[in-house]
This record gives sequence, structure tokens and C-alpha cells, in this order.
Amino acid sequence: MRGGVLVRDGAIVAIGAVTGSDLPTDCVVVDCNGDVVSPGLIDCRAFVGEPGAEHRETIASATAAAASGGVTTIIATSETHPAVDDPAVVDFLQRRARDTGRVRVLPVAALTRGRDGSELAEIGLLKAAGAIAFSDGARSIASARLMRRALTYARDFDALIMHHCEDIDLAAGGVMNEGEFASRLGLPGIPQEAESIVLARDIRLVALTGGRYHAAIVSCRQSLDIIAAAKQDGLRVTCGTTINHLTLNENDIGGYRTFLRLSPPLRSEDERLALVEAVASGLIDVVVSDHNPQDVETKRLPFAEAEPGAIGLETLLSAGLRLVHAEAIDLPDLLARMTIGPAKLLGLPQGRLAVGAPADLIRFDPEEPYVVDRDKLHSRCRNTPFEDARMEGRVKTTVLAGRIVHSADVRSHDAVA
Amino acid sequence: MTDAAPAPVFPHRHLLGIQGLSPLALEALLDLADRAVDVSRQVEKKRSTLRGRTQINLFFEASTRTQSSFEIAGKRLGADVMNMAVAASSIKKGETLIDTAITLNAMRPDIIVVRHHQAGAVHLLARKVDCSVVNAGDGAHEHPTQALLDALTIRRNKGRIAGLIVTICGDILHSRVARSNILLLAALGARLRVSGPSTLMPVGIERMGVEVVPDMDRALDGADVVMMLRLQRERMNGGFVPSAREYFRFFGLTEERLKWAKPDALVLHPGPMNRGVEIDTLVADGPQSLIREQVEMGVAVRMAVLEALAQHLPGGAA
Repeated sequence: MRGGVLVRDGAIVAIGAVTGSDLPTDCVVVDCNGDVVSPGLIDCRAFVGEPGAEHRETIASATAAAASGGVTTIIATSETHPAVDDPAVVDFLQRRARDTGRVRVLPVAALTRGRDGSELAEIGLLKAAGAIAFSDGARSIASARLMRRALTYARDFDALIMHHCEDIDLAAGGVMNEGEFASRLGLPGIPQEAESIVLARDIRLVALTGGRYHAAIVSCRQSLDIIAAAKQDGLRVTCGTTINHLTLNENDIGGYRTFLRLSPPLRSEDERLALVEAVASGLIDVVVSDHNPQDVETKRLPFAEAEPGAIGLETLLSAGLRLVHAEAIDLPDLLARMTIGPAKLLGLPQGRLAVGAPADLIRFDPEEPYVVDRDKLHSRCRNTPFEDARMEGRVKTTVLAGRIVHSADVRSHDAVA
Repeated sequence: MTDAAPAPVFPHRHLLGIQGLSPLALEALLDLADRAVDVSRQVEKKRSTLRGRTQINLFFEASTRTQSSFEIAGKRLGADVMNMAVAASSIKKGETLIDTAITLNAMRPDIIVVRHHQAGAVHLLARKVDCSVVNAGDGAHEHPTQALLDALTIRRNKGRIAGLIVTICGDILHSRVARSNILLLAALGARLRVSGPSTLMPVGIERMGVEVVPDMDRALDGADVVMMLRLQRERMNGGFVPSAREYFRFFGLTEERLKWAKPDALVLHPGPMNRGVEIDTLVADGPQSLIREQVEMGVAVRMAVLEALAQHLPGGAA
């Protein structure tokens, strides 16, 4: 749709056919020259480093990266030291975000104490303190009994459980997708079943308990089938996937590129295509960056010894636009999975162009080419799987509550001549 | 190595694996190795091909036979050979592979021979140094000189590789020897079968151009070459196979089972052997066994590889 957005006091007050005659006399007019204006992105899974891993990322650096990439709300993972299992830590994160953050940071609390998978965290108190959801991050809950209790207990607080589905025993020792390519590289594989078995178990427990459940990252067709059946059955189940799993496959590991060591691992091209289709159809509710900065010392190692994870806040939208340019997903659908999808999942007022919504906005030209230069990224770590990648569609302006928090300059990335 | 013929063409600076090598390059290495066998059988074995060159054998994983084979090969070509067992020293002090590579590089070696317990580690190291790198085994990935010495042994005894039926038996999953052999023998036109318990069979192996035959008798049926692999003890007892005696019963190479293969079939094993686990001692020491010859071919192949890489060193081969 063509038109304008009128913002006052940090909120959207009119959209659509906002013309000169309707405008207040004291307003600032920004001509977007035909660029796309969209709600700011909401990234449901990003590691911000605080507290305890400030050498990898800080709220300041993560939110700078986010603003540069068009992300206006970060849902911060609970993988901190100490874990977010105490209301005081939630409070700390909120204060740090307020004092040092450039965009909104909403903390996810740990589902279990110390994220050790044995005792439930104080879900009620943590939610009251401001935790947006509950998750042990990349640690899967091995005990079905504990997951049942978590879903049951969380239901009383209408708390959302986000789970990383991985059968730890089945995945043990694995470092990439199990299959021909892993066999050729001589690397131990992780089968899709390591994900789908746990997901299937969880869905049965959701049916048993009536809890609210989100599969944080699905990476294969088997999982999509399980989610589709659960939604068909009317269960309160959603799922997400990462931009990496949508745009890369296991072959991109090539000569043991550790920046592409991820959890869950990158799958085959067939699985990637199934994920893209599921994003287009809406079966996958959200697309996340899974921003996971790793410092040089944990990545400059043999593949099997390297830590899993890649950064992604800054390239989330551009990488997603590859799918749009390939005509695999329509632009509105892609944006929906990064805006209104997460907003609905988490009950947030932003993520939409609607009167009364917070004026979190981004402006971008989906055709503008550029090359990802790792040295110009804002994150403290540079482990991007898109190093030197040619992209189209760079965020020019990021607005948070009506205030510009990022304005593209040619220094942030080299434009392609 | 000899003055008779010009060195064959080998267009690569490193030998990181069989993957990516053309049949022509492989044959060139085997031809060069044939000549190295002759050199090794002479009284005067010393050559000057690598005179003034420094070869470092960097072993992150213990291996007496491969390391000494590379050492002898380097010395026969006149190189100054230094052995470094890294597992025992720097790594314990927290030094990373990259740190080690950078340190070694500063000592200006000409060739580094590397063994590492992780797949891909040798590739990583090769990107950080200026000299030639030879993969002496990286995790479960590749062991190119082992495959070359196996191929040399086969070629010298059968006169060819193309068209032969080669059966590789045992722990394929964890075997870099199997991967390199599959790539090499397939490239040179052999027909390949693999056999072993399915728990030790890599997923998708059939797409690497081999036939998977779980039943060992059938796998051996009509084979020209039987290549046995070592079963590591930790793979047994509730892990991948229930017990050594069960493994030997179904997957061990006995005299009786060997009769399924052609009467003149060759028996190979990369060693060290577990007698009574994957191979019966009567077969290991029997008339069809070429296990000792493989060791001799190992030195020749490593001489060939070092000579081939020396062509790419500044100043070329002497």
C-alpha cells in the first residue's frame, strides 16, 4: 500500500492516505521516496551477552546491531551467567536495556533454575517481574515429567514456554546434519529425529496439559508435519525457524566453515525448501536471527571443537529478502513472520502499522545492493555466515517510538557500484 | 628421485585428501611411488631431492607407524626431519591449533605432515601456513597416503585397479582409511563394496559410489581385494557392537570366509591389527596377506608425495 504514517508522542496516530492537508503544521515530514516502510522487526531469539558474557556481546552492541538491521525489539535469551532465573536478573536486564540499549530488549526467563533442567524456575514471580516467556535457551528439557509440570504450571500464569527441541542422547557428539555430506566430511551427524522425537513428545504433553508452547527452532520437514497436525488439532502450539536455516544448507559448510556450525545444524536443501514453504504458508509463525555471537577463540578451531552459533541481527532482513527476490516468499509474508507474528505470540502492541501502536518503524529499499563487510558490523563478534555475501535491501532508517535510532551511512556497509 | 625421467605432474601444493585429485594426478603419484620402491630396495637409499629442506611431522595423535614411515621417507629424500608430538606439550598448556600453526610457520619449514584427531583440522592448519601440508590422517575424514599405499600395493600385485572388485570391511563409520580408499579406488575405476554392522556404516555412503552389503559372505563373493579395517575396542560392548566375539563371528575375516573371494584375492589391513577381532591370525599371516608389503609401500608412497610437493616449493625439487 502506498501512503504515509503519522506519528505523535511515540505512537502511530494515522496511516495510509496521510496527505499534506491533513498534517499538523508543526510536524516533520520525511519523504521516503518510494522505499518500504514497515513495522520494526521483532527478533524472538537473540543473545545479548549480559550478564556474564560481555566479551561476546553487550546490550549496547547488540542493540546497535539490531538498530542497524531494522530490529526494534529483541527477545533476549536466558543464556546468561547467572541465568535469568531470579526476578532480580530480569530487573537488571530491564535497567541495563533502558540505560544502554538503542532498541527494546525484553528478557526471556529460564524455565528451570540455573537452566539445568531439573527444577522449575519461579515462573509466576519472573513473569510478574517482566519476563516475556520461559526457555532454557539452547538446552533441551530431557525429562518428559519436568516438561509436563512446566506446561501445567505455566498454564496458570498464561506463560509461554519456548523450547529448543533436541534429544540430547541422540544428538550426542553430532556436529552437523546427518547424511551423505557429513559422511564425506568425516563429521559425526545429528539426525532430524533428534529434533522431531522431542517435538512429538512435547506436543503430546501440550495436549495433556493445555499449556502454551512454542518450538523455538524447527529445522526439518518431520517437525513441520508434527506442528501442522498439532495446529490442526487446535492445540496452542507455534513454531519458529532461523534465517540461517531458511537461506543456507549443509553444503554451505564446505571446507569446514565453523561460522556455519549451528544448533540445530543446517539441513539439506530439501529440508530448507520445506521450511521456506512453511514460512510462506504461515505454518511457521516466526523467523528469528538466532543471533549468537562467538568470539574468535571459540570459532578458530577444528569444526567439531568450535562452538555452535552465528550472529544475525544485522543481516536478518537482508537475508530474508533473498527469499523474496527468489520469489519463494512474498514480502508481506516475510515481514509478517518478523513483526506481527512474534507480536501476537508474545502479546506485544508493536509489530504492526496500526493506530495506537508504538511507532517502531523501519525504512528500506528492497532492491539496494550491498556487500556484507564483517569489519563494519556492530556486533562485538564477527561470526557471520554471510561474510562477503552480496545482499539486496539494506535498512536505511530505524525508528523507535518515533525517534530515529539508526540512519544508514555508507560507512556501515560498502555499497555495490 | 632418479635422474632417468622428469617428475610427473602433480598440480597441488598440499595433499589434504584424495577428494579433488584427478585420476591423472593419482596415477602420477603411484608412478612416482613405483620408482621410490626401487630406490628403497637399493643399498644406497639416500637421495638429494629434499636436501636443505625442513620437514616437520606434527602429530596431535600418536601413531608410531605412520610417523616413522614419513620420517624415513623424508630422510631418504635428504630432508631434515623433525618430529613433534603435540598432544604431549603445547596443547596441554592451552595453545590452539592455529597458535601452533603460526608458531611453526615462523620457523620456516618447507613441508608439514599433520595428523589430528578432528576432521578438517589439517585444512584449517593449511590455511594458516606458507609451506606445503600433507594430511597424515584427520579424524574420521581422510588418510590419503594410506589410500595411495593400498592402491600401490594392489596395482603392483594385480597390474591394474580398474575393474577390480574391492570389498572394504569393518568400521567404515569411523574410518578415514575407508573414506580415502573409496574416493581413490572409485576414481581409478574399481568396483567397491562395503560391509560391516549397520551401526558402523555412515549414512548416505551408497551415494559415494559403493555398494553396501551387510552380509560379509556376500560382500566377499568374487572379490579381488579384501580390505579389513581395525575395530577400535571402545566401539564394542554395548556401543556399536555387542561384543568382540560376536563381531568376529559375523564380521571377522577367517580362512573359511575368505574362500568366498577369488582364490587369488589379496588381503589388506592398515594396521595395527586386532587378531581374533576383525581378522584371524591365520589369514593375517597367510599367503594372501599383503599386510607387510603395505608397510613397505607406505614409505614409497610418502617419498612420492614429498617429492611431488617439493616441485611446488620455492626453488623446486633438487
